[in-house]
Amino acid sequence: MLLEVRDLHVEFHTRDGVAKAVNGVNYSVAEGETLAVLGESGSGKSVTAQAVMGILDMPPGRISGGEILFKGRDLLKMKKDERRKIRGQEMAMIFQDALSSLNPVLSVGEQLGEMFVVHRGMSHKDAKAKAVELMDRVRIPAAKERVGNYPHQFSGGMRQRIMIAMAMALEPSLIIADEPTTALDVTVQAQVMDLLAELQRELNMGLILITHDLGVVADVADKIAVMYAGRIVESAPVHEIYRAPAHPYTKGLLQSIPRLDQKGRELYAIKGLPPNLLHIPPGCAFNPRCPMAQEICRGEVPPLFEVAEHRESACYFWKETLDAR
Amino acid sequence: MHADHSGRKEAREEGEKARALLAKSRAGSAAAGDEPILEVRDLVKHYPLTQGILIKKQIGAVKAVDGVSFDLAAGETLGIVGESGCGKSTVAKMLVHLEQPTAGAIKYKGEDITKLSGRALKAVRRNIQMVFQDPYTSLNPRMTVGDIIGEPYEIHPEVAPKGERRRKVQDLLDVVGLNPEYINRYPHQFSGGQRQRIGIARGLALNPEIIVADEPVSALDVSVQAQVVNLLDRLQAEFGLAYVFIAHDLSIVRHISDRVGVMYLGRIVEIGSDEQIYDHPTHPYTQALLSAVPVPDPAAREHRERIILHGDVPSPANPPSGCRFRTRCWKAQERCELEVPLLAVPAVFRLADTPAGHDSACHFAEEKQVVPPEGLLEAPGETTAEEDGPSQGVDGENGPAPSGSTRAR
Ligand SMILES: Nc1ncnc2c1ncn2[C@@H]1O[C@H](COP(=O)(O)OP(=O)(O)OP(=O)(O)O)[C@@H](O)[C@H]1O
Ligand SMILES: Nc1ncnc2c1ncn2[C@@H]1O[C@H](COP(=O)(O)OP(=O)(O)O)[C@@H](O)[C@H]1O
Ligand code: SF4
Ligand code: SF4
Ligand SMILES: [Mg+2]
Ligand SMILES: [Mg+2]
Repeated sequence: MLLEVRDLHVEFHTRDGVAKAVNGVNYSVAEGETLAVLGESGSGKSVTAQAVMGILDMPPGRISGGEILFKGRDLLKMKKDERRKIRGQEMAMIFQDALSSLNPVLSVGEQLGEMFVVHRGMSHKDAKAKAVELMDRVRIPAAKERVGNYPHQFSGGMRQRIMIAMAMALEPSLIIADEPTTALDVTVQAQVMDLLAELQRELNMGLILITHDLGVVADVADKIAVMYAGRIVESAPVHEIYRAPAHPYTKGLLQSIPRLDQKGRELYAIKGLPPNLLHIPPGCAFNPRCPMAQEICRGEVPPLFEVAEHRESACYFWKETLDAR
Repeated sequence: MHADHSGRKEAREEGEKARALLAKSRAGSAAAGDEPILEVRDLVKHYPLTQGILIKKQIGAVKAVDGVSFDLAAGETLGIVGESGCGKSTVAKMLVHLEQPTAGAIKYKGEDITKLSGRALKAVRRNIQMVFQDPYTSLNPRMTVGDIIGEPYEIHPEVAPKGERRRKVQDLLDVVGLNPEYINRYPHQFSGGQRQRIGIARGLALNPEIIVADEPVSALDVSVQAQVVNLLDRLQAEFGLAYVFIAHDLSIVRHISDRVGVMYLGRIVEIGSDEQIYDHPTHPYTQALLSAVPVPDPAAREHRERIILHGDVPSPANPPSGCRFRTRCWKAQERCELEVPLLAVPAVFRLADTPAGHDSACHFAEEKQVVPPEGLLEAPGETTAEEDGPSQGVDGENGPAPSGSTRAR
């Protein structure tokens, strides 16, 4: 397994108390595989990703438990500079907001080239040629002429493609893309997802795609992990989860989206609001909103039940959820 | 103002019972075939581009909206879709008079409101209200919810005399599904979805006939989005509202709209009923837009043909000649560069009785099905929605025992 996150816990110490942002996350990605992490805002998707990348704000953040195994070795037990080396060359991250993650005062070519100068010891001239090659590869028109342009001179879609170029530059084995297309229009989103998928296939990378868009997930993922209040509440291969969700939250999400191919009747709406991480409800965190909740759900936190091979659900009533289709 | 309108206002104040009555009386008047209450004609908004600090010289213009026409019937929903920057919000702002058009007409019940001023304008503005996109920034953080929702009464005191305002605001909170006791709270004490409800309550305060909603659910999480969409649906049925519903999410627009207009670079390129646009699109841009929408069904991957457009939307300061879409269109020919295609039923469909026969601004309009027909895709968990969620027969204390406990870890 390329990456395996085991029982990860992250908390933030804030003025109002301890916010339990990640409460026992388990997921894994193999080479060439796409894992989609799905969840509403605040469910802990980005914090988990930041912990994997080693870019978590500490303090106020603190990793209070768990393991992050990369190619079998626990990143959390590594020395700082070893970790930094892995972060630079073996894993890379793509952020939602390309404009604020690119350096505004350096040309795009300098930023792309720098990777090769620093990590591969290339000359500046060779590095620039590499930058042009990369820009070509992510289909920036007239790459040769535009290599000296600054980030703000590119459109949103182009900037996101440049981010992808930076992430791909050193051919890492793992890419984490955190809402890479959320800020983009659908036609541009399609261009960018297409490119990402193509490069992933070519380089046989593991890809963690973080998103709240059930549509994007269905289009590209091999498997899905659904997060709620800092936990993975369901994980499954993509086809199965859409056909037959085994957790009431997943099911509610799937039912609540309007569909392009259907004229709506009333939409199903999950009642209530996502929980406050300072006061996560006891038992199953979803219980105040769950139409299937019983006494037992308010007691112990439900463990992950094995629903089928490669399928897990953190619901006491996963079987009933599956059956009540 | 109008007799029927003040009658409606009274009815509303009667509360629940009258509401039901109202809904019934309205149900009789089908939206289609009615006189439009809003007719928008050749609407234009150009923002000047200037150079120089002391002496400003105009060097061009951002053609944010460049000739938009449509009708809106009473009680109907017109969806407007299009990519960022195509002019949707600018149209919305002109409809509610937050921006003055550079040219064109907006006729409310036959009267061009762009030519009105003073009291006549004020009276009309009351009937066209706006709900904004961003529930985080569109509410003043220092005002209580009661003051925010009641603010329109400061400008239109005739709608609610001072003594009645508090009760009216509490009624409005109730109507949008918020606790009337929250009247003294501040916006930061509410979640995004709740804030959007506050914005909607303010939009309803003056009993408008038309609500212009600019991306009202775009900033909300999926599970909360559905709550707000259902609320908008319910309010429309209850109060006979007409909506101009602006969004970039084509699935939501289909859900809520009777008719849909597709915008590109300041113009409407195709407009028709939801079925015409989604199932029988004839404009290449609409087809590309629809094909790019990710469908939440992995089984659809094999069925769908995706049209990946190349390049970006050109600048509205310098739009392409002829057809504005031609720089990204895979069908473009010389004629597209020379001749502006008009928004009309394309000649090929004019004589045939087909859903493809609707307004489409393309010289080479052709029908192309890009959304798989309904039913082809398997809908997940096909439960019909009910007030309190699907009843799955596990309520109460006597539910089934928990599923087998094969712990995975
Ligand atoms: N006050 C202004 N001055 C100059 N240009 C403007 C102004 N307001 C809008 N524009 C320009 O007009 C065009 C249309 O903008 P508008 O806000 O209507 O787009 P939109 O379709 O609502 O986009 P989005 O989906 O991003 O909200 C854009 O190019 C925008 O930059
Ligand atoms: N630097 C920080 N300080 C305090 N709280 C944080 C910080 N970063 C994230 N959080 C909190 O952790 C929770 C999970 O956040 P995040 O992982 O960003 O959610 P998402 O699933 O939307 O990516 C949120 O409640 C967020 O407010
Ligand atoms: S454990 Fe109980 S509350 Fe949680 S999702 Fe399952 S049925 Fe609902
Ligand atoms: S008029 Fe020409 S360029 Fe425009 S959409 Fe039609 S075919 Fe494409
Ligand atoms: Mg995030
Ligand atoms: Mg807008």
